[in-house]
Amino acid sequence: MHKLLRNRKLHLGGTTLALLVLPFVTDLLFGRGWVRIEDFALLYIMLALGLNIVVGFAGLLDLGYVAFFAVGAYTYALLASPQLGLHLPFWIILPAGALLAGFFGALLGAPTLKLRGDYLAIVTLGFGEIIRIFLNNLNAPVNITNGAQGISQVDAMRIGDFSLGRNQELFGFAIPSVHLHYYLFLLFTLLVIFVTARLQDSRIGRAWVAIREDEVAAEAMGINTRNIKLLAFVMGASFGGISGGLFAGFQGFVSPESFSLMESIMILCMVVLGGMGNIAGVVLGGIILVVLPEVFRNGAGPLQQWLFGKVFIDPESMRMLMFGVALIVVMLWRPAGLWPSTRRQRELEATGDAAEQDTVYDSGR
Amino acid sequence: MEIFLQQLINGLVQGSVYALVALGYTMVYGILGLINFAHGEVVMVGAMVALMSINAMLGSAFPPAIILPVALFAAIFACMLLGYSIERIAYRPLRHAPRLAPLITAIGVSIVLQTLAMIIWGREYHAFPQLFPNQSHNFGGAVINDVQLAIIIIALLVMSMLMLLVHRTRLGRAMRAVAENQSAAILMGININQVISITFMLGSALAAIAGIMVSANYGVVHYYMGFMLGLKAFTAAVLGGIGNLRGAMLGGVLLGLIESLGAGYIGTLTGGFMGSNYQDAFAFLVLIGVLIFRPSGLLGERVADRA
Amino acid sequence: MSRLLFTLVSAAFVFNLAACNKADRASSAENGNDLLVRIGAAAPLTGPQAHIGKDNENGTRMAIDDANTKGIMIGGKKVHFELLSEDDQTDPKIATIVAQKLVDAKVNGVIGHLNSGTSIPASRIYSDNGIPQISPSATAVNYTAQGFKTAFRVMANDSQQGKVLGEFAVKNLGAKNIAVIDDRTAYGQGLAEEFIKSAKANGAQIVAHEYTTDKAVDFSAVLTSIKSKKPDLLFFGGMDPQGVPMVKQMKSLGLAAKFMMGDGGYTPKMPELAGDAANDMYASLPGVPLEKMPNGPDFKKRYEEKFKQEIQLYAPYCYDATNVMIAAMQKAGSADPAKYLPELAKLTFDGVTSKITFDEKGDLKGGAVTLYQVQNGKWVPIETLGMSGK
Repeated sequence: MHKLLRNRKLHLGGTTLALLVLPFVTDLLFGRGWVRIEDFALLYIMLALGLNIVVGFAGLLDLGYVAFFAVGAYTYALLASPQLGLHLPFWIILPAGALLAGFFGALLGAPTLKLRGDYLAIVTLGFGEIIRIFLNNLNAPVNITNGAQGISQVDAMRIGDFSLGRNQELFGFAIPSVHLHYYLFLLFTLLVIFVTARLQDSRIGRAWVAIREDEVAAEAMGINTRNIKLLAFVMGASFGGISGGLFAGFQGFVSPESFSLMESIMILCMVVLGGMGNIAGVVLGGIILVVLPEVFRNGAGPLQQWLFGKVFIDPESMRMLMFGVALIVVMLWRPAGLWPSTRRQRELEATGDAAEQDTVYDSGR
Repeated sequence: MEIFLQQLINGLVQGSVYALVALGYTMVYGILGLINFAHGEVVMVGAMVALMSINAMLGSAFPPAIILPVALFAAIFACMLLGYSIERIAYRPLRHAPRLAPLITAIGVSIVLQTLAMIIWGREYHAFPQLFPNQSHNFGGAVINDVQLAIIIIALLVMSMLMLLVHRTRLGRAMRAVAENQSAAILMGININQVISITFMLGSALAAIAGIMVSANYGVVHYYMGFMLGLKAFTAAVLGGIGNLRGAMLGGVLLGLIESLGAGYIGTLTGGFMGSNYQDAFAFLVLIGVLIFRPSGLLGERVADRA
Repeated sequence: MSRLLFTLVSAAFVFNLAACNKADRASSAENGNDLLVRIGAAAPLTGPQAHIGKDNENGTRMAIDDANTKGIMIGGKKVHFELLSEDDQTDPKIATIVAQKLVDAKVNGVIGHLNSGTSIPASRIYSDNGIPQISPSATAVNYTAQGFKTAFRVMANDSQQGKVLGEFAVKNLGAKNIAVIDDRTAYGQGLAEEFIKSAKANGAQIVAHEYTTDKAVDFSAVLTSIKSKKPDLLFFGGMDPQGVPMVKQMKSLGLAAKFMMGDGGYTPKMPELAGDAANDMYASLPGVPLEKMPNGPDFKKRYEEKFKQEIQLYAPYCYDATNVMIAAMQKAGSADPAKYLPELAKLTFDGVTSKITFDEKGDLKGGAVTLYQVQNGKWVPIETLGMSGK
């Protein structure tokens, strides 16, 4: 994969082809359920990339990121469902959701710029919960979100008569709805990857890294830390908003329970486990954390059968257990993530000294 | 007025539990600069072990006055062992790793503990037996029962003992030294690994006590009970200034009061537009408000300059 | 350590493949003499509601084992039923993945999901693939109001149950000033709203509407403010994990009002865990008491023998739902969803919970609801209401 990125021209064709046929191959080998899992993997990759801007690039720990996902999803659901009687097309709603999520990102960012480290973490966590609580309760006195019961019958994404919610015939061959969503999500994921990659190498991206490494020094270098941090929040949030909108159109149903704190934590796990700050690593993290539990779901029972001759622990519990153990083992094995950015790798390899100084002198600061 | 008094008592009881659990978060944070996300699960394990020991002894001839302390010690012992193991397995190898790495292992530990508890003790809710008659007392129209009184008193007792330990003993001095500067502490001949282990075990012991309190007060034990409690206690620790022991206590009690007064009076404050459904949102809003004006919590002094 | 993990993961993956292949192989058994019919079951088997989810799975499993022992014939072929149980984790997102998996595994019908929040998004997938879905316990009105032909339930919906509960509270219990707490879940919100509507329509006054969450254990604050309004009845829209500490705290605070819950409160755990505090409280359960149904006591006995535990909540409904589905298959002489679906829609079936017929939406027709009271630590049926029509 690594070489692949360097010899782009050689491998671009191959990758494109692989990505294009992936849903059909998966459908054939594993069944359509796995195509749906791939769809969710793409949505989560978008979320992880968005959060990566905040956590990985700018170094601001955000535990309430799912709030922006929720804002995007509810924007879509409200503007394209019988709930308010509105049925706007998705190419209007998605940008609207991204904008609104970005606005909420600024809303969260502005008052919390002074906060550092773990204080920021708890405030963002609180913000995420506040958004969820409001969505859960705005059914009275005026019914806006329909409360905990959620909004059902959300319109599928469509252009003219071409609806992604139905199976479609193209060039004489049938493409199921989940496959159509896959292609749409793939398109958006590639877009997000492209934007993030360009951002990373831009002035802004370098400013984020500077803030992450040393905020005081960054300020001394003439970086407007306030605006640059806000921008990280807004950019990250808007990606979350887009992903949320796509999610609503895909599911056809949104309810507040999809946006719990656990989701935020899972997205953070994707970023850290994959390799904070490295786009490829984050993508990998997203794929692993969506796919792994599903692999365990089917594999946990037979695996015990094979190892011990009988099923000791019911497969559902085993799946959660294996997932927890996997999180621990991977982090112990590769503390910087599975595929860390080269900068982080260098920091770690420059002997433990540099890292140790962090913990030692930091506490005295 | 009696309603207000009752809400104060409600908040105080809830707050005492938060404070005990928050101490566990804050002690670990003070020394390692690490959010021990698995701490809530330790509370749960404490409750479960206590329940198991009580049920094992209930049929026997032992009087309740013996059963309870035995169960308490069993729970404390199990939790200390657990706290020690968590630190050894999931945190110590990562002491010099990027600082979000232990956060992920903590989440992993939390999932593992929850699932193990589900496998061992089952998916259903368990009744926590009532060992002593629980009488209600009337204070100017407000009611408080024996268990709740015990919770407040024990919490106060345990917290003052902890303060004595940290500020008046050699071990406490060593703990403060490690929190201040690890490498200097090494140079002073302090075995920092040992001190860190002891800190984890102390925090876990407090968690065990809190676990028993919660179970005795609400009468139910469940493998999922640690998550919410842990989250609230963590919030309380931050509110008071994480890393600061007095802050954790203050934050815990304050959070308890904010919640109960919030649930009781949001409706009146907003003219019925919002109700007790916004109780948690209200608590978080207060937290955010406090942090905007005091970015390192109510009693926190140091600024954790890391991310 | 990493190698071990890798081995485990890859082994899991291989078995995953193997599991898929097994499903394919099994489907070829259809060509043989035996007809293989797969019934999907979906409920949360991990997480806070796992105990109720497992109970659902047990109910379905029992119906399937019964059918296999009986040696049921469909269209002249002997049938072997197979249960495919999936864990939806109460997560709407996982629910759709699980639904798709069940569709992939070519299930002939699905019993599930437990919650409305998972049943609704999953119902779209079942509907798209023409697979009948009978939920044993989703009560949100929305679930069958989406216009899907494949969505059924064997449980009274919120509006049916809330209506009966409200009537009972006012007319039978003589409540005039009622306080309501709901747990802000889809279930609690829906039931509380319908209860309030019905109680008001019957002339009672709602003096307080307070809220909690499905993770809370401390209700002293809301109970204290309710106490100041002096209600004569408190209705809680929620489940027993909250009900138990709530009723205890009520007593401890000296809030002297009758306590009432919906089907979420009618569990053996309620009087068991709450002890004396639960005495005299009321709860409802759609359907007729098991003891009064012809096969009810037998079902209860066999369930307890088979699974070594009491019925938690919805197991009888799962049992009924599965049997209704099998009966429809028998009547149609085919397990093909397209063929037995019309039969299912117009079937009348004597279940262990009630006589089951579906209306045009897929809701339970009639929707009898029984009210129970805790007397001396045991649930005792008081009255069955709403037998005749809606």
